[in-house]
Amino acid sequence: MIRTLPRFRMLMMGLLAGAALALTAAPASAQIEINVNRADVQPLPVAIPAFGGQQGAEIADVISANLQRSGLFRPLDPASFIERDLSANVQPRFPDWRTINAQALVNGQVTVEGGRLRVDFRLWDVFRGEQLLGLQFTSSPENWRRVAHKISDAVYERLTGEKGYFDTRVVFVAESGARGQVTKRLAIMDQDGANPSYITSGDTLVMTPRFSPTSQEITYMSLRPDSATVYLFNLESGRRESLGSFQGMAFAPRFSPDGGRVAFSVERGGNSDIFVMNLSSRSSSRLTSDPGIDTSASFSPDGARIAFNSDRSGSPQIYVMGADGSGQRRVSSGGGSYTTPVWSPTGEFIAFTKQTGGQFHIGVMRPDGTDERLLTTSYMDEGPTWAPNGRVLMFSRETPGGPPRLWTVDVTGRILQPVPYPGAGSDPAWSPLLN
Amino acid sequence: MVVRFTGSTAMRLALVATATVSLAACTSKPKPTYPTEAPPAAGPSQPPPSAPGPVTGQATAPIPGSAQDFIVNVGDRVYFDTDRHDVRADAGPILDAQAGWLRTYGSVRVRIEGNADERGTREYNLALGARRANAIRDYLVNRGVSSDRISTISFGKEQPIDTGTGEEAWQKNRNGRTSIVSGAR
Repeated sequence: MIRTLPRFRMLMMGLLAGAALALTAAPASAQIEINVNRADVQPLPVAIPAFGGQQGAEIADVISANLQRSGLFRPLDPASFIERDLSANVQPRFPDWRTINAQALVNGQVTVEGGRLRVDFRLWDVFRGEQLLGLQFTSSPENWRRVAHKISDAVYERLTGEKGYFDTRVVFVAESGARGQVTKRLAIMDQDGANPSYITSGDTLVMTPRFSPTSQEITYMSLRPDSATVYLFNLESGRRESLGSFQGMAFAPRFSPDGGRVAFSVERGGNSDIFVMNLSSRSSSRLTSDPGIDTSASFSPDGARIAFNSDRSGSPQIYVMGADGSGQRRVSSGGGSYTTPVWSPTGEFIAFTKQTGGQFHIGVMRPDGTDERLLTTSYMDEGPTWAPNGRVLMFSRETPGGPPRLWTVDVTGRILQPVPYPGAGSDPAWSPLLN
Repeated sequence: MVVRFTGSTAMRLALVATATVSLAACTSKPKPTYPTEAPPAAGPSQPPPSAPGPVTGQATAPIPGSAQDFIVNVGDRVYFDTDRHDVRADAGPILDAQAGWLRTYGSVRVRIEGNADERGTREYNLALGARRANAIRDYLVNRGVSSDRISTISFGKEQPIDTGTGEEAWQKNRNGRTSIVSGAR
C-alpha cells in the first residue's frame, strides 16, 4: 500500500551517450535529482540510517551497498548522523540532516506480523524538507534482501527518473579447481553476489547460460566429448530439455525478447551458422549460410533484428541482420577483432568484446556501428551482459594465469568494480527486473 | 533532451507483494571439499636392509595397434597458427602417419578434438576449434581414411594442455587431437 504519494515534478533524462551523472545544479525551488547523463559528476550524498525493527540494520546496509555501487549515490557514514532513533512515523529533523550535508534521507521500519515481513520506508528531500516517496513492501521474512533491493530500485527510480536494476539476478558459470581442470557449474545469484545457488553438479562442462524474458527459464550449452547440446532449463520446475538434435555442434543460444524463439549456432563440417527455433512449433530455420564463422546471435529489444559475430571478412566482426536473416551488414569498423555482440535493453547500443594489441576491452557502439566507446581494458575481459535498465554491464575478467572473476562497469566507463561474489565466475547473464 | 512530466512515477512502483524466489527446490548447495591426507605410516621399526639383488629393466614397445602405439609412434596432436585452421607444413607428416596407421588398423574409430588458446572469446573459440577439427578430418579423409570412422568436436578454449600464459603455452593450446574412441588393441 502506498501511504503517501506527493505529486511532484521530475526531470527525465534524455538518452544522451557518453555522459555520466550529475546533480542538477538546483535552483532554490528544484527537487533533488540525479542526471545520469551529465559528465560533471558528484554522487548524491544520501543518509540511510538503520531501519527500525528486526533486520532493519541489514536492510539499510543492502540499500546502501546497492546505491553506492551504482556510482550515483554516496551513502554517508552513519557515525556522522545527528538525529538518532529516527522513527518512520514522524518527520525527520531536517536541520540535523542538512548539517551533515545529506541531500536525501531514506528511513524505514520493519514489522513482522503473522509470519509476514512488512517494511515501510520513506525517501525525503532533506533541503526542501519534504517526502519524495513512501512505500510499503510485504514479503516472507527470508526474502528481506529482495525487499531491500526493491526499496533500492524505488529510490533509484525516484531520484534518477530511470528504472533501477537491483531486484535482479544473474545466471553465470561458477568455476572452481586448477586451470586446465576447471569444474564448471551453472549458478544463479542476486545481482550483488548474494544468495548464490548451483544448478548443475559440475560433472559436465556448461557454458553461456542466458535468461528468458520471464526469468523463469534459462538456455545454456553443455559440452561433452561426443556432443555439444543447447538446453532449456525451467528454474521453477527443474525440468530440462534439449533444444533438439542437430547434425553437428549446437552452441551460443539466446532467447528472443518475447521468449518465443531461441537463436543459436550450429556447426557442420567445420562451418558455424546461425539458426533460430520457434519454441512453440519447434521448427528451426537457418539465417546465415556463408563459409565464415557466424555465432553469438543477440536480438534487438523489438525482436526485429539480430546482431551477431562473423569472420566472413577475414577477422571476427559485428554484423546486424533482420531476424529472418535478411540484409546482413557489417557494422564494426575499427581495428582489431570484435566478438560477443549483445544488444542493450533500450536498443541504443550493442555491447561487445574487442581484442586489439594484446588487450581485451568491453565496449559499446550504436547499432549502426558509430560512436564506438571502449569502457574497459585488461589482459582478458569477455562477454558483457546488460543490466535491465541499460546503465551497467557485467562481464568476466581474468588476470594472467588467474581464474575469471565477475566485474561490472557502467555505460560511461567511469564506475568499474568487481561483483561481490567470492568465487570465480564467467559467462554472466543479467535477468530482467523481477516481478 | 529533457522531457518534463508531472505525476508520480512512484505509482508505477506498485505494491510489491513480492513473489518468492523459489529456487530452492531445483538447486543444490555446493558441497565443500576438503583436502584428504594419508595418515603417517606407523609400523614396527624396519630391519636393517640387506644388499638388494640385481634388477634389470628394459623398455617395452607399445603393442602395435594400441592407443599407446598411436600416441607414441605416430603422434596424436598437431598445432595451428593463431586464428588459423589450415594444416601447417609441420603437421603434414604427422597426419600422413595418422592416416597410414588408421588404414592399417581399419577397425579403429577416432574423434578429432579441436582446441583454441585462451586469447579469444568463448563462443568464437568453439567455432574456431570446430574448424580445426574438421581441417584434420578432411586431411585424413583425403589420405584414404573413411569419413564414417571419424567424428569431430570442439572444446574451444576449455581444455588447455598448457595452463601457463604467454605465446609458448598458447601455441601448445592451439591444436587438434586425434583421440581413439574404439577398435584399438
